[in-house]
Amino acid sequence: MNATQIGWAGLVGSFALVAIAIGLSLWQRLQLSRSILWASARAAVQLLLVGFALRLVLDSNASVWWAWLWVVVMIGFAGFTIGSRAKEVPGIFLLGTISMLTVVVVSLSVIFGFHVFPIEGRTIVPLAGMMIGNSMTASVLVGRRIVGELSEKRDEVEARLALGQSWQDASRPYVRSALRTALVPQIESTKAVGLVFLPGAMTGLVLAGVDAVDAVTVQLAIMYLILGSVATSVTVIGLGLTRRVFTPDHRLRSIARATY
Amino acid sequence: MSPARIPAENAELLAFEGVSFAVDADREILHGVSLSVAPAAVTVLAGPSGAGKSTLLRLGNRLELPSAGSVRFRGEDSAVIDPRELRRRVGMVFQKPVPFAGSVRENLKVGAPQASDEELIRSLERVGLEGSLLDRVADDLSGGEAQRMCIARTLLTQPEVILMDEPTSALDHENRLGIERLAKELAQEGIGILWVSHDLAQVRRIADHAVVLIDGRNASDEETAAFLEQGMSEEEQ
Repeated sequence: MNATQIGWAGLVGSFALVAIAIGLSLWQRLQLSRSILWASARAAVQLLLVGFALRLVLDSNASVWWAWLWVVVMIGFAGFTIGSRAKEVPGIFLLGTISMLTVVVVSLSVIFGFHVFPIEGRTIVPLAGMMIGNSMTASVLVGRRIVGELSEKRDEVEARLALGQSWQDASRPYVRSALRTALVPQIESTKAVGLVFLPGAMTGLVLAGVDAVDAVTVQLAIMYLILGSVATSVTVIGLGLTRRVFTPDHRLRSIARATY
Repeated sequence: MSPARIPAENAELLAFEGVSFAVDADREILHGVSLSVAPAAVTVLAGPSGAGKSTLLRLGNRLELPSAGSVRFRGEDSAVIDPRELRRRVGMVFQKPVPFAGSVRENLKVGAPQASDEELIRSLERVGLEGSLLDRVADDLSGGEAQRMCIARTLLTQPEVILMDEPTSALDHENRLGIERLAKELAQEGIGILWVSHDLAQVRRIADHAVVLIDGRNASDEETAAFLEQGMSEEEQ
């Protein structure tokens, strides 16, 4: 067995750690044993299916269009996931999908435009996956936060509108606060990287036997990519959602948790 | 206030003409309400809680649109006026003071971004506050001070009408009387005031005209008389 292949035996061996988690749950009567087992089994099935599918997509003889098709499916699924996690946010499915599409287009254009990575199936799929995965969480957070801020501060927003401000001006302080809230965790995790934890891509490369400094440069490029992606996605959601909750004649629509 | 901004005759500044408002298809809150606001006068909109008074005010500032009827500003349908311009000419003061985060100066500048400190101080003095409050954090103001600051903020947009939605309900007696005096003074300067109240003692103190709403419609003469009489007998008790 080399560094990159743990084999089926290794996979079964790593399952011992799941057994430890189940044992702890039983000991402390957390009633989480079934959930832990279900989550572990589900992850195994999902990832194995993805692995076999990726093997076909990433095959050096396969057309790169299969990779792009994979990305399209990921975008659709991400839009659906954002929609299901933030049901109170009006039009979030469409906005989430547009946001993910924007993230992929902008980020991959930069990455491939500057030849940071070559345009191949083995780069397109994992890079898009990392961008979408990280942006998805931030999109849900910013959507919920904007709706929360505008409904909680409805009095203030309407007082601003009543003074003749446009919806853009009246909503700006609250949308800005929501965008900051969504972006700060990503900035903090970017700051802490290397000191507190070693990120996944770098760890994977080191385990695969790549030189540590080479692994770091790849990881840095990915981290910048993720930071840019998260910033892009929350901005798209922020601007799009704010436009949706106001009417063209500068009135605040009735939104979730609104009180008046 | 420039005399040119006030019509030569006692024309209606703001008029609600057969205005209805429905929250949804099954729930209508206002049913064909009509009333007008004259310049240089305090018009009080009275009525029991839930009569639709606050909703009517929101229609005047176009925070809501009527489902039927029209709101006219200086004879023009407000639906065709740019809402931002309309709201600057038809200002609104809410039931509870709504100070924004930041200093008093920052609050006042929302109403008039280009105003100089001198103009801001004059606006504070106009509502009975000291100019030294300019650098105070708005959230630190007392209830009465905050409501006065909100009025000053509205005045900076140079409104011709001010809609006041029970602006003294969260204040103590002394502050209540102070805001009432201020409304009368503003009316004397030519501004048309539409003041919502369900406090009948207050109605008698400030009203040049009074309109009573009951269950979302204009009260009949008999209902108006009965409502005012009931209020008087409650006060006597």
